[in-house]
Amino acid sequence: MTRVARRSLMAGIAALGAGACSKIDRFATSETGEGLFDTAEGWHREAHRILAGRQALAPEYAPEDRSPSFKGNGSLTVDGPIYREQLAEGFPDWRLAINGLVENPLRLSLDELKALPQRTQITRHDCVEGWSAIGQWTGPQLSRLLDTAKVKPEANFIVFRCADVLYGRRYYESVDMVDAYHPQTIVAHSLNGEPIPEKNGAPLRMRIERQLGYKHAKYLTAIEAVASLDDIAGGKGGFWEDIGNYQWYAGI
Amino acid sequence: MKPRHAISTRIWHWVNAAALVVLFMSGLGISNAHRYLYWGDYGFDPADAWLAVMRFPNWATLPQRYNLAEARDWHSAGAWVFAVALLAMWIAMLANRHFVRDIAAPPSAWSPASVWREVGSHLRGQFGAETGAKYNTLQKLSYGLVLGVLLPLMVFTGLALSPGIEPAAPWLVEALGGRQSARSLHFIVAFALLAFFVVHLAMVLVSGPLRQIWGMIAGGREEPRGKA
Repeated sequence: MTRVARRSLMAGIAALGAGACSKIDRFATSETGEGLFDTAEGWHREAHRILAGRQALAPEYAPEDRSPSFKGNGSLTVDGPIYREQLAEGFPDWRLAINGLVENPLRLSLDELKALPQRTQITRHDCVEGWSAIGQWTGPQLSRLLDTAKVKPEANFIVFRCADVLYGRRYYESVDMVDAYHPQTIVAHSLNGEPIPEKNGAPLRMRIERQLGYKHAKYLTAIEAVASLDDIAGGKGGFWEDIGNYQWYAGI
Repeated sequence: MKPRHAISTRIWHWVNAAALVVLFMSGLGISNAHRYLYWGDYGFDPADAWLAVMRFPNWATLPQRYNLAEARDWHSAGAWVFAVALLAMWIAMLANRHFVRDIAAPPSAWSPASVWREVGSHLRGQFGAETGAKYNTLQKLSYGLVLGVLLPLMVFTGLALSPGIEPAAPWLVEALGGRQSARSLHFIVAFALLAFFVVHLAMVLVSGPLRQIWGMIAGGREEPRGKA
């Protein structure tokens, strides 16, 4: 009884007398509520873009600033004998497809990716939960792959397809063209000078350095240029966006 | 007759109060996602934490169940209201001289001996302001600290947590001692504000709550000046 009273009191204060907690929860999931949240988040994204510019870099650190280890979170492996076998052998048969709205679709092996010009960056990884880890990542810039594949002008988003399955759904993520062509956006194959460990997304993981960790798709199998995100999976542009209503723009 | 509280002060007070409640409660929900605080740039291992935070119960969080995405929605929407209102209040109270006339305290008032003396007279129930002043010294100090230090710190430590802000202002994260330090400070200052809120509420309750609250809504009357 007191618990209920206290609940109502707190929520009542939060709404400044507008009503009880159920109303607040209903507001958050109503069209008005979601519209309000989307507007606020759109303003954050616009403010970030205006203040930082399209190409501004996330801070890079010195080797001694790295964290002693790099936490794995979310999917920690890919189920199935094929992945286990590939992991044991160093992924000789793993292919990264670059397709969708491109004139020249590609299918690249790890060796082919490593033969491209590489970018190495020591950056901080911020999880939406609040923790941070610092590691050194190496791989080709996504912009180079997209230029080689010749992205068509009607493409508005780049979708990252993954091998891992969580809660019965295949992981995926997406970014707009600004982050896709950002200089620090790389297809990483190494962490701290070693092949990426299993828990961190072996053999390939995206680095989207100006956004939170859930954007950094692991166990990468394909990169797809699309005009709209509406028809992909749940239509919200990513696994956590679909399943938990997480923000598509993860720069906040 | 001139009201005790300017219209800008009254609007800001209630907008800010609502924004802080939303931000604090959604912030407790966000804290539940990773209940450990660290110093420095990185931190993910509870063994490295300087503080293991309690799990905040559902009645204290927004929404009133664990939902990180929705708590973040509330938090990033509330942040706009809070930060824009704070900026507007600063412009207003510099323009109408409320800050200089009523809140700014001389450096001598900040000395530990003076603060101690003021706390002592408060505890004896003497809340009167000096002749010609709207607020007593302890009010000036706490309002000045809240408006000038704690509330702006919430904005800056909050901005420092956004990976999208950092490319624009890497100096901000550096000045705060790294992202995990900024996160710890965000948490500490939030609870300092909660402490202010509790004392503020208590002071209103012992000094004629209805008159005080109505004054902050309708404006109130300028009190007769002098030591009460």
